[in-house]
Amino acid sequence: MAHDKHEQVDAISGVTTTGHSWDDIQELNNPLPRWWLWTFYASIAWAIAYCIAYPAWPLVSSYTKGALGWQSRDAVVAELDALKEQRSGMTAKLAASSLDEIRQNPELFAFARAQGKAAFGDNCAPCHGAGGAGAKGYPNLNDDDWLWGGSLAQIEQTIRHGARSTSDQGHSGSMPAFGRDGMLKREEISQAADYVRSLSGLPTGNGADLVAGAKVFADNCAACHGEKGLGNQDLGAPNLSDKIWLFGADKATIVEGLTNGRGGVMPTWHGRLDDTTIKVLTLYVHSLGGDQAR
Amino acid sequence: MAQAAAPSKGMTFGEMGSALAFAGLALLSIIIAAKAYTPEYAFHAYLFAAASVAAVFAIVNRFYERPAERPPLTFGGKPNYNMGPVKFATIASVFWGIAGFTIGLLIALQLAFPALNFDTAWLSFGRMRPLHTSAVIFAFGGNVLIASSFYVVQRTCRARMVGDIAPWFVVLGYNFFIVIAGTGYLLGITQGKEYAEPEWYADLFLTVVWVTYFLVFLGTVMRRKEPHIYVANWFYLAFILTIAVLHLGNNAAIPVSLFSPKSYIVWSGVQDALVQWWYGHNAVGFFLTAGFLAIMYYFIPKRAERPVYSYRLSIIHFWSLIFMYIWAGPHHLHYTALPDWAQTLGMVFSVMLWMPSWGGMINGLMTLSGAWDKLRTDPVLRLMVVSVAFYGMATFEGPLMSVKAVNSLSHYTDWTIGHVHAGALGWVAYISFGAIYCLVPWLWNKKALYSMKAVSWHFWISTLGIVLYISSMWVAGILQGLMWRAYTSLGFLEYSFIETVEAMNPFYVIRALGGAFFVAGSLIMAWNVWKTISVGEAVEEAPRAMQPALIAAE
Repeated sequence: MAHDKHEQVDAISGVTTTGHSWDDIQELNNPLPRWWLWTFYASIAWAIAYCIAYPAWPLVSSYTKGALGWQSRDAVVAELDALKEQRSGMTAKLAASSLDEIRQNPELFAFARAQGKAAFGDNCAPCHGAGGAGAKGYPNLNDDDWLWGGSLAQIEQTIRHGARSTSDQGHSGSMPAFGRDGMLKREEISQAADYVRSLSGLPTGNGADLVAGAKVFADNCAACHGEKGLGNQDLGAPNLSDKIWLFGADKATIVEGLTNGRGGVMPTWHGRLDDTTIKVLTLYVHSLGGDQAR
Repeated sequence: MAQAAAPSKGMTFGEMGSALAFAGLALLSIIIAAKAYTPEYAFHAYLFAAASVAAVFAIVNRFYERPAERPPLTFGGKPNYNMGPVKFATIASVFWGIAGFTIGLLIALQLAFPALNFDTAWLSFGRMRPLHTSAVIFAFGGNVLIASSFYVVQRTCRARMVGDIAPWFVVLGYNFFIVIAGTGYLLGITQGKEYAEPEWYADLFLTVVWVTYFLVFLGTVMRRKEPHIYVANWFYLAFILTIAVLHLGNNAAIPVSLFSPKSYIVWSGVQDALVQWWYGHNAVGFFLTAGFLAIMYYFIPKRAERPVYSYRLSIIHFWSLIFMYIWAGPHHLHYTALPDWAQTLGMVFSVMLWMPSWGGMINGLMTLSGAWDKLRTDPVLRLMVVSVAFYGMATFEGPLMSVKAVNSLSHYTDWTIGHVHAGALGWVAYISFGAIYCLVPWLWNKKALYSMKAVSWHFWISTLGIVLYISSMWVAGILQGLMWRAYTSLGFLEYSFIETVEAMNPFYVIRALGGAFFVAGSLIMAWNVWKTISVGEAVEEAPRAMQPALIAAE
């Protein structure tokens, strides 16, 4: 059977077989489908034409450059040039103007904000969120509550040199670890936490000793956060009375902060971003919620 | 052939040689374990030692258990097929398939819900992802290929497989390599080359296994009783040979020390990238395409009981596929440091590859002419036909995505992931499921599968899974590509990267759902295979393959 050299005719299709048979599998003698063959030829013809038009074949020390003279490097340069043209000299104006000058010029300011938004997405969004809404431990930049100040100059200082960063000129100082370092007892911390919650009108639960809490606060916290807990931007001490919480409003979180301290890091961008980029970032962040008087 | 059983019985050269080789490997492994620089490497060396000692025991034990005569090549006028290794690889493929799909589901869920790495190094995406790709491609796909190739080459050559210990060494050695590779990823051992992550010592071991595989396969083809070589065997041979070449070229590395798992690849920079994607793309071309086309060429005509559509088409598309595929790798490196001329070649060869790929699809689908009605009644055939349709779709999408203008949108996006899974789930896995559903009753001499209804359920559930998977990834990929390149009127990027990540979330959830369906389907298959083997109704006539315990005197 398997050695049958004679072609047979398949009863269903009427096509002859090749006469081979393997494990009862036979093969029909159908020709190549015409459309298949012509599409194959067409793809080969297209390939040859493309190879003539574009860089294609390696030679000993160079390669065939292609009739169109196209190169991917040229294409990138052309695209970048087009982008520069689109930005139509605004970039140079930005570099030459001060923050206040840009702020006064609506057209330039709109441009700076657009560039700042893109730079923010690339550099700041991983911590502060794409819209600047922040996250636990990372300040929301849309509100008017600024840890280190919300004026143009203050924002620029914070972006350029950071907070608790590697820069000598960055903001320093942090929330001490009152519990871990033995400055306050567990009970005192609990009382202070209740008192801090009461500053922004949050409920404190039964048995909260707010009088004792106020005493702990006055003795330990007021130096930085102020007598009324309004905060101090020179020290980066948050306002505790505005219902805006960097880490969370629940008592456990506040106790955790009092016990172990806090000290989030804003990196220094000086030297990592050029001056114009820091400028547009400052303007962009400022436009989110800067400078509002408290 | 059969003679009166001789009382004297000696070890064959193969038994003696392999026992000694394994004893040597055991000794070497123990020395390496003792002096290894890292505990992870020592662990692997101990695994090698344990496996080698087990191999020595197995070979010696087998020698004492077996009759003096070697199994005859024919039995009762029919070839005495050697199906033991085929059975093992078939079961292994089901096991690894479920493992690989499940890990895929885990990493799909991690992308949607990052907390699911549970903050452990072991379950981190970076270790799970190669575990998933290797488990599905090499463990699941590889075992299907080994099982089916050993089955098909014997049946279509009407010859018993060459070698006595060699086929078992191929099957067990390959699966041991998978264990070494997989545990290596979990422990953080990787050479960081995509789809070629295992380190130098695993690569060396695989080389020995693979060369043995090649020799067993080629030897069986040369022993054939048929005048011609069947087309499936051309594809299997192309797959085995080319993978050997690719493996050696891409893994050319110099170990830091015999006692360290770390090695350095001899290629550097853009040359390394080109070699990597020459390998990577041809792992697709020769492992996931040529090998599985071989499966198609045997199992579809066999199941449909129809002749192959066109012998001429099989010749032309085989040789054009083999010739074109090997050039197409640079399309993975469009718009990179790779020179323009290499990018052009990668692209035009990919486009020319379209019709050679479709030649296989035509031959597979048209083989059903005269038997289309069987799709209604046979869900196994349905799986295989849908698989060929997915193959056609993926091999149109591939050339399309290799065109630079399209690639500038699709590159680095989830469109690529969708494309890969159209091929991997739709084509590779479906043709494999079809082959497994055919093989299990044939190998275990059962009349039929335990439940055809379960096959139908498997088909529909996993088809739904595939549709959810690839459609969500198309949308996600194109959205992602468009967001990345969107500029504002002032000439700045419209979206930050993190915004594009946020936009992907719903599609990642849909994709994970699709993956869950696919895993569910594979569990149904495992149950069905288990039931078929354990309680399926046996075939009454003489079994298709047997190895008699005693050989009758002439």
